[in-house]
Amino acid sequence: MNTAYQIVVCGGIVPDPLQTLEPISGPKGPALKNELLLPHVLDPWSAHALYEAAHLARQFPGSKVWLVSVAPKAKLQQVMMTVAQRVPLELVAIDGVANGFTDSADVAAALASAIEAIPGLDQSRLLLFGGWESASRGAGATMQMLGERLGITEQFQGVDQLTVGEDGSLRVLERIEGGQHQVSVCSAPPAVFGWATGNLREPTNNPQIGMQNMRAIMPALQKAKAAQFGAGIEFQSVTLPKAQRETRIVKDLSAEAIAKEIADWVAAE
Amino acid sequence: MAETILFLAHTEADGTLSKATREALACAHALGGDLVLGMVGAKVAPAIDCHAVRYLAVCGEDFAAARYSTDAAAAEALYRAAGATVVVAAQTTRWARVLAGVAQRVGGRVDTHVTQLTQTSATRWLYRQRMEAVSSRPGHPWFVLVESGIAPAFTGSYTIDNIEQYSPGVSTRTVVTSRQAPKSEQQTIRPEAGLLFVAGAGWTKKQKDGRTHTDDAGRLILGFLEKSQASLGSSKSLVDLSGEGQAVLPFLSHMNQVGQTGSTPRHPKGLATCCHGEEPHVVGWRFIKERRAVNLDPNCGWARGKADVLYVADAFEVMERVNALLEERVPASVG
Repeated sequence: MNTAYQIVVCGGIVPDPLQTLEPISGPKGPALKNELLLPHVLDPWSAHALYEAAHLARQFPGSKVWLVSVAPKAKLQQVMMTVAQRVPLELVAIDGVANGFTDSADVAAALASAIEAIPGLDQSRLLLFGGWESASRGAGATMQMLGERLGITEQFQGVDQLTVGEDGSLRVLERIEGGQHQVSVCSAPPAVFGWATGNLREPTNNPQIGMQNMRAIMPALQKAKAAQFGAGIEFQSVTLPKAQRETRIVKDLSAEAIAKEIADWVAAE
Repeated sequence: MAETILFLAHTEADGTLSKATREALACAHALGGDLVLGMVGAKVAPAIDCHAVRYLAVCGEDFAAARYSTDAAAAEALYRAAGATVVVAAQTTRWARVLAGVAQRVGGRVDTHVTQLTQTSATRWLYRQRMEAVSSRPGHPWFVLVESGIAPAFTGSYTIDNIEQYSPGVSTRTVVTSRQAPKSEQQTIRPEAGLLFVAGAGWTKKQKDGRTHTDDAGRLILGFLEKSQASLGSSKSLVDLSGEGQAVLPFLSHMNQVGQTGSTPRHPKGLATCCHGEEPHVVGWRFIKERRAVNLDPNCGWARGKADVLYVADAFEVMERVNALLEERVPASVG
């Protein structure tokens, strides 16, 4: 039985979560103020997907991990300086807008074209990974649309665990309501996995892996094709929430008095 | 000509619709147009009377479990049978798994996590609840997943038996085997709870005596959850500590995480303890209406307009007394 997997991870980049974000109106619709100056990171749930992919690939010799990303080339290069040190991967770069105002359908189309162009990709060994939602658009739609474009109808979202059985079947834990997981068994690839947090810690930086990766990453960035996104969505407004609460700061009450206030508040309808 | 609006609903085991589904049904109803109710599940009849012009269903054992291939086939069949221009469903994990894929399959577009819906526009949050956008779609079909809690649940009697049945061909390589709760001492995530209780990393830090008291922290937190029937949330830093194998609050998992890389729960009230209220965490509180926090730092994030009340106090001391007070008030009145 062939147990080598071809794992394609789709992951965009997003502003570092600690950055202040402000929407502006640009010539092509909404954008982020100083978007290209903001420090970016690999989208957190996609990053989990990448770490899970690398972990799986280590367990099954002959497996390979690709990272396919739609982002402005220059920003992607900056992010890859860090990401490339974590896990062995081959980058497939697509030069395009990476903010939350793009449409999932357009991003899925760009990803599908890039994935279909990967030489030697075997659908029968393909595991398509990504984050179940991005930290930008947060729609949870791209991976499903991509799966449909590639004709993959075994799809899982909010995945926290994937284990391979002795018969090659894939046991999947997906998040569902009430803090529970749904357990499914998929007989074989291909399948789509939109990852939630998973169970792995962020790998430590390994300069050796970084150097090895970067040899192929720079050429991949240079030959990145530009993606043009359509007008599938029209924004009427994009605004920051205005509600700033008037915080009452209680400094001088005893623990007993505070407890009474809280208990009364908890019990109130 | 009036729009044809297909409302997709997956039924519960007894054939009824969940509260979240009925909330979304109310949103679909408010759009006007010709409403078609499309149901998927093991049992669909009798259906809720929602004044629809047609009642459609895909039912049977193949469609009992939430699974992409079968749910997508069912949704596609119902969409084609209804001839709808707008498709609305609740943002449940089951529909969230498939509806974008179905939109792609039938050449439509999708909006998810919608918090306000009109015939022409959808309101939703971007960047993990950090900005709010109103947008529209120039083409059809338009698929919309509606968040819970944005409309009162539709109420109606289950009296409709005249249901058009469809049987799409399905081929699946996936078997849904079971449901399992995360490894916890008890079920701590309660989506319907009136209160969210958030535990931050401060519970595991050294206290006044220079030592950590994680056992006490665990006892106080679980005690409070039991008495108040609150749902437990956590900051990322505390959950990460648990994942690193440290002996801290073992009942926490990533499922409890609230914020940028966690959930954005919808409870009327939220109480944060030993948590600094930094932006990546607080974005997960966007839909918590009343917010209070207990923290030793008077300059923490909660003090800067993110909470209604900040109690500058030792959470160990406060929660010990809160638990004692709640113990006296039986039965617990939040839940």
